[in-house]
Formats: sequence, structure tokens, C-alpha cells
Amino acid sequence: MPKYTLNIRRFSPETGKPAYFETFDVEMEGHRPVLDAILEARADQDGSIGIRCSCQAAICGSCGVRINGNPALACNTLLRDAVATAEDGVTIDIEPMGNMPVIKDLIVDMDAVHWKKVDRVVPWLVPAGDPPEREYVVPHEAMVDVTQTMACIHCGVCVSDCLSMEADPEFIGPAASAKAYRFVGDPRDSATKDRLVHLANDPSGIYDCTHCFKCVEVCPKGVAPMNQIMRLRRRATGDYKIKDHNNGYRHEKAFVNIIEKWGTLHEAKLLPDSYGEGILGKATPDAQKNLIGSLPTALRGLASGKVTIPKVLHHHKIPDIDKVQDIYKKVEGRPERIELNLYIVGEDADALEEEGASEVTPIAATAPAEEGAS
Amino acid sequence: MTVGIISKIHPVRSHSNAAQGGINAALNPDDSWESHAFDTVKGSDYLGDQNAIEIMCREAPDEILHLEHLGVTFHRNDQGLLGTRAFGGASAARTYYVADITGQAILHVLYEQMLKYSDQIDRYEEWFTVDITTDDDGRCSGAIMRNIRDGSLEVFKAKTVILATGGSGQIYKPTTNALVCTADGQAMAYRAGASLMDMEMIQYHPTTLLGNGLLITEGARGEGAHLYNALGERFMEKDAPNKMELASRDVVSRAEQTEINEGRGFPDGSVHLDVTVVPKKRIHEALREIVMVGRDFAGIDITKEPIPVKPGQHYIMGGVKTDVDGQTDIPGLYAAGEVACVSVHGGNRLGANSLLDTLIFGKRSGVHAAGVAKQRNMPDVPATRLDQVRDEIDERINRAPGTGRRVSEVKAELGAIMDAKVAVYRDEAGLQEALEVVRRLKEEAKTATIDDKGTVFNQDVLGSIELGYMTDIAETIVLGAIERKESRGAQFRTDYPERNDEEWLKHIDIKLVDGEPKIEYSPVTITQWQPQARTY
Repeated sequence: MPKYTLNIRRFSPETGKPAYFETFDVEMEGHRPVLDAILEARADQDGSIGIRCSCQAAICGSCGVRINGNPALACNTLLRDAVATAEDGVTIDIEPMGNMPVIKDLIVDMDAVHWKKVDRVVPWLVPAGDPPEREYVVPHEAMVDVTQTMACIHCGVCVSDCLSMEADPEFIGPAASAKAYRFVGDPRDSATKDRLVHLANDPSGIYDCTHCFKCVEVCPKGVAPMNQIMRLRRRATGDYKIKDHNNGYRHEKAFVNIIEKWGTLHEAKLLPDSYGEGILGKATPDAQKNLIGSLPTALRGLASGKVTIPKVLHHHKIPDIDKVQDIYKKVEGRPERIELNLYIVGEDADALEEEGASEVTPIAATAPAEEGAS
Repeated sequence: MTVGIISKIHPVRSHSNAAQGGINAALNPDDSWESHAFDTVKGSDYLGDQNAIEIMCREAPDEILHLEHLGVTFHRNDQGLLGTRAFGGASAARTYYVADITGQAILHVLYEQMLKYSDQIDRYEEWFTVDITTDDDGRCSGAIMRNIRDGSLEVFKAKTVILATGGSGQIYKPTTNALVCTADGQAMAYRAGASLMDMEMIQYHPTTLLGNGLLITEGARGEGAHLYNALGERFMEKDAPNKMELASRDVVSRAEQTEINEGRGFPDGSVHLDVTVVPKKRIHEALREIVMVGRDFAGIDITKEPIPVKPGQHYIMGGVKTDVDGQTDIPGLYAAGEVACVSVHGGNRLGANSLLDTLIFGKRSGVHAAGVAKQRNMPDVPATRLDQVRDEIDERINRAPGTGRRVSEVKAELGAIMDAKVAVYRDEAGLQEALEVVRRLKEEAKTATIDDKGTVFNQDVLGSIELGYMTDIAETIVLGAIERKESRGAQFRTDYPERNDEEWLKHIDIKLVDGEPKIEYSPVTITQWQPQARTY
């Protein structure tokens, strides 16, 4: 029977002592989960090891921890996989999740962080008026689509290592954003625009995400929280044209326009364009203030060489810019936006395509077109 | 009047999450509640009380619509209407579902509603119930709770108390049940003097993953998956030529166990569940959870390979005896869901009837308990009771290590003996052996020692209290199985292989009298369906 060494971070607030690491040796087959090893250590060696756990099947969301520095559920991380990422190839480090205060050993205070954020997104359906006599009639695809976010088990694994939350503890975060999409994507909900206006204008809302992909990578349920944040943004900008105080709308448009024109990112143009479009836009008091406020960023860019004076003055189009523009024409020419939903296609999208199954699911944009398409 | 929800874990961690496949209701115009009720009666092997079954099946369609209106993301058909899937023991496709996370979706939506009405409901999350209290008149007066975060004990006085504590699967090992399913509610009600009913009726689910016992939803067979033995035979042809893999769970589990016992299983002691016959897109859309279970827990791609499965402990049909409003023998104390026994499941529960039972009788209990509470003064719980409980917990924490067995050892032995002797096939000798072991473990549980001396999240001491709950309830399960000298539903006695309606068409009730379990009988309510031979 293979032997594994668990290096568990221990902390008990009652002792007055700082946290420390303690090792436990467990003999167990490599295909068993890390949680089983922790429970065996608790059963045979030290009953005081604190960890929340219940279903042992990745459905209750209790046992989020960091394993060798990566957030994961202990119950669906196998010992042989965990030891493969161990720094010394032998010892599996097990620590509580990050971004949340530790209560004891591997138990963190999710109420203080995660559930407070969930509260911010009005986490219940807001239907319009009285319910119908029978069920709401809604497209099959829409229900499958929101079921991806319904599959969130609130384990906190994405919250644990959210980089934006490390920088801004108030950031709404990946899990609560996915919860928000669960309602925004639900055709039965009547508060879509209010939800989006709020999420877009919240200084720690959807535009606070820095697209690091960490939450997509670590989510044990395929919820892909960052994708949901991007979809919330597309709904806010593309469907509802919400011009938020965070300039998320303008930043995104500036980005899109610059790539369409040059094919690569024109750093020197991105910043001013994000604060106001054209000469008149830049002259508004808000834009002026923001531009002055962003001077340190621009100077840092110059100092680091990311932006250079020649680049500022002469940004060249890439040689085959027409191909880039063809992509724009194709995508913008579609009658409705197509969203890729991994919940439907799984990770083996190519094989599905071979079977002739539809790879993508069009989710009709329901918002009224208040302006012409961008 | 105020309402408090008290849970030893955060509510969204509850075991209702594990109900994958769906929830039954005769909502289609071409279906009828009578058909649903008859299937349930037949599934119960005629031990279910037909008045209760009628209520459940009549109220089911409105409950589905209510959940849909609250936001449950039920699967739709091409017309955008609620769509169904087939399930075991049912004569029509009447199972409504959310992929294979139906329980999770419903639980989370109900939690959303609790957040919505948070100004009217007090939530006590991570509070552990140690004791149900009764007053001098024998009425329920509240409960004593331990705040898991700081170890403090508090009395919650209550005009009415509803137990919604779930099942007892941790008495067995392996089990599909979560670690929290430790018989808390059944044991506390039993100790307080309430009757338990049909405790011998333990459901073994036909498709649990070999090795760790994880649940593979019946929805897989509902979507068309087949069961094969090692000879490549679809062996359900023998026992259920019409319903095949979608016969009642007791029937399928027995068939599998027979294949395994008679040497037609695979060398690892399994039979194979073949999901590859289901179209791949459909698997990803409707059976996503078991794709992940296969990948993460068995290293199998279920879209390409069969899954090794065997019958495994899954559900207890028995529980705290209640009427159709959830009232137990103790005035003011209610029970609903798996903790309770109304009985709608009798000897064998149909798949996708458990969420329904929970919702229908949970709601009825709530309505009745609220009505009673309005007419009642707040009872008093004497402070001496709290002191007693505190002393008892302190005594557990202060037991010197090494003076008794470890809690984990006693629990492991309990799980093993129950799975060996009180499982799919039972006989007198095995059951008597189990009784002897369980009674010894019950005593050993009283002196078992723990390591954690702290107050913050002392899960060790909670584990020791749970062990006491489990050994008490295990004894009642074994006693019921010994008492029932026939084969009905989940109770199959190899020494009494036939159903015997003449002598045993009755419930077995067990209650604690002067500290000893006492067995009584109560009649089965029959309204319109007389017992018949049961074939699928």
C-alpha cells in the first residue's frame, strides 16, 4: 500500500499560538481522494483536525482547501494527482482556502466573504407580476444555459485564489458573479437591466475582473465563473449599452475598435479612448479627470518600455488587417450572438461536432436595441 | 411568531443535493395522480399508507409548478414546456428534472427564497442539535443546541418543532449518504418517546460506484442505460421482462446481488452499467454529474466505457412515525422527509419520490405547526436540562484517551456489520449476530474517547454524539428486520422468501419504554388498491 505524507496547516484560535504545519503519514491507494486521507488521519491519529466535509462526491461544496498551493475540493482530488504536484514529490501540502479568514485548521469563514457577496446580487428570481397558471414557457436552450451556473456548489474554491479579490477585497468575485448570471440568463427574471446596471456601475463589480482565468481553471463543477462575468459584460454593453461609471463600456469598445483598425493593441490610444470617445468625449469633465488620474499609469507604461514614444506616434496596422476585419464582419453579421456553453459540449467539443451535434447554442439577446449595433 | 431554521451544516451543504435524477408528478394532461399513486403503492410492496400516498400524488403537480415559479431551472421540451424523463417503477415518464442536479437546484432555489425572506426567518447555520426537550405534559418544548463555532450551548424554546434532519445512511459502510446523515432526528425523537416505524426497510440503490459507493443516478437507466453481467447478458430480462432496468429498486438490487452471488458478476464483484448507448450530447446535457463522477472518482469516461456498479445503501424508508400533517406521537413535534415515516414509501421507495415526499410533507408540517404555534403559549425549558446536557458533553470531552475505543473504530465496525448482515439478503442467524454486535457497539459508544478538547469547531465531540444517535437507530433497524418474518420490499429474508399479507401486512412500530425498545404493530391504510402479486 502506498504511503502518503500530508502536511496540514493547523490553527486553533483558542491556543493563542500562530498557525503551524503538522505532518501525518497515511497508507492508502493512490486513486483515493485527498479527503479520505485527511479523514483517515483524523480517525486514527488526531481527531482534532478540523475540516468541513459531507458528501464526499463533489456536490455539497464543503471541503474546499488548498492542495500544494492550488485551491480544490479535497474529495475529488486524488492522492496520486496531488502527490504529482508536490514540491518535493512526496509531501502533500494542505492549507485552508485564501481570501477568507481562517476559523480553525482547514475551516474558513465563508459567511464573512463569499455569502456576503452573494447577498449583493439579489440572489433570487424576480419574476414580472404574478406567475402564470402553468409553467413559464421558456426555450430549452435557455434553461440548459443557466443550469451551468445553477451547478455552482458555493465551495469557495474560485474565491480562494481570485487575484482581483486579493487586490480589491470588495470585488464581487467569481462565484457571486456566476450567481448573478444565473438570473440574468434566466428569461423568467424581470430585473435583468437593473441587475446589469448595478453590476456594471459597482466599482467592485464585473469590470473589476482582470481575466486571469484562475476561477475557470479551478472550478470543480465547470461553472467557468469568468466566462459568466464576460457574458454579463456582453449583456451590459452589447445588449443594454450601459455606460457605466467605471468606463467598462468605453474600455471594451475602445479595445474592439482599436483591434479592428490596427490588428494589434495600440496602447497609447487605449487609455484615452476608454475614457471618452472622439474629441468631444474626451473634453467632458469626467473624462478629463479620469485622464489626469491615469497619468501615472501612462508614465509607468513609458518607464517599463511597454509603451514607447515611437509606438505612441506611429502605430502600424498589421499586414493582413483585412483578415481581421473579415472576422469582425462575420461575427457582427450574425443575427444573434452565439455563446459557447461548455456545460452542453463538455470538454470534447470536436468529437461532438463529428457526431453532428450542434457545437454552440445561440442564446437570443432579449434586450431592446437602444442604439445601432457597434 | 418567529421561525428559526437550525442546521448543523450550512443549508446548501445538505444531503438533498444528492438527489440527482428528479422529482415525480403527474402533471402531463395524459397522466393521472391515480396512476402515480398506484405505482407508488406497488413500489412500496403494499406497505405504504394509501391515504398519505394519495395526498402526496394529488399535491405533486402544484408543487412542481410552485418550484418552477420560484426559479428552479427545470428541463424544458422543444415547446419550452416542462419536460420529463423515465424513472424506475413508473408507468409513465413523470420525472421532472434539472440535468442530474435536481436536488441541488431545488435546495439552492429554496435557500434563495430563505435569503429573500431573511427578515422573517432566523437562520442558525452550523448549530448542532443535542436534545429535543419535552415539558411535564409530554409536549415538545424546544431543543438544546450547540453553536459549532464557539461551543456554547443554548436552549431554543419553541411552541412547535419540525425535524427535517434527513436519513441515517452513515450507519452503513459503504453508503451513498453524506457524512452528515447520522440519524440525529430519528434518534432524538426516539429518545424523547416518539415511535419509529418500518425501520427494517433500508433501500439498497442498484447503481452505486464500486469501491466508494458513490451514487450513479437512476436517471442513467431512465435515459436508456443497460445493466450487464460478466457474460454480457442483460440479466434484468429474467426478473423484470417488461420494465427491465427500470423495475423498482429493490427488484433491480436483488437481481444484481444474485448475479454477483452466483458468480456471474465481474471479478471485482460488480455488474456493469453501460451508459454508452445514450447519445453523447444527451449525456453531457442530462447526465453531466455522473460524467464528472466517472472521471474524478473512477477514472472512467462514461461516454466510452461501462461503469462498475453494485447495490449500495441509499435510503431508509422507515423513520419517525407521523400522520399526514407531519405530527409525531409527541404533541408539538413534527417530522418530514427522510427522517419521517408517513408512510408513503412502505417497503420500497420509488426513485424521484423522495424529493416529493420531503416537499409535500415538509410544507404540510409547516402549515400545521404554524397553526398550532399560534394557539400555544411559549413553553418553558428548565435550566437544569441545559446543565445536564452541558455536563454530559463535558464528560465526553474529558474522557481520558485510551479508556475506551476511538469513535472512528466503533463507527467502522457498525458500518461493516450492517452492510454484511442487514443488507439486500437477510436471515435470522445473520440478523441475530448483527443485533449482538450492535448492542455491544451501543455500549462502547458510551465510553468512546475523543482527542479534541477545544470549543471552536470541535467536530470530534459532535462525532461522538452522532455515534450515539447511530447505534440507537441501528438497533431499531435490526430489531425490525428480525421481527418481520417475511419478504416484502427491501426486506428480503432468505429464510422467509415470500410476502405474507395474512400475517405481515402491517407496520412495525418501535418505541423506547423504560429505556428498552418495545415493538408494536399498526395497521396499513388501504383505500383503493388491494394487494396483488408484484411483477415488473
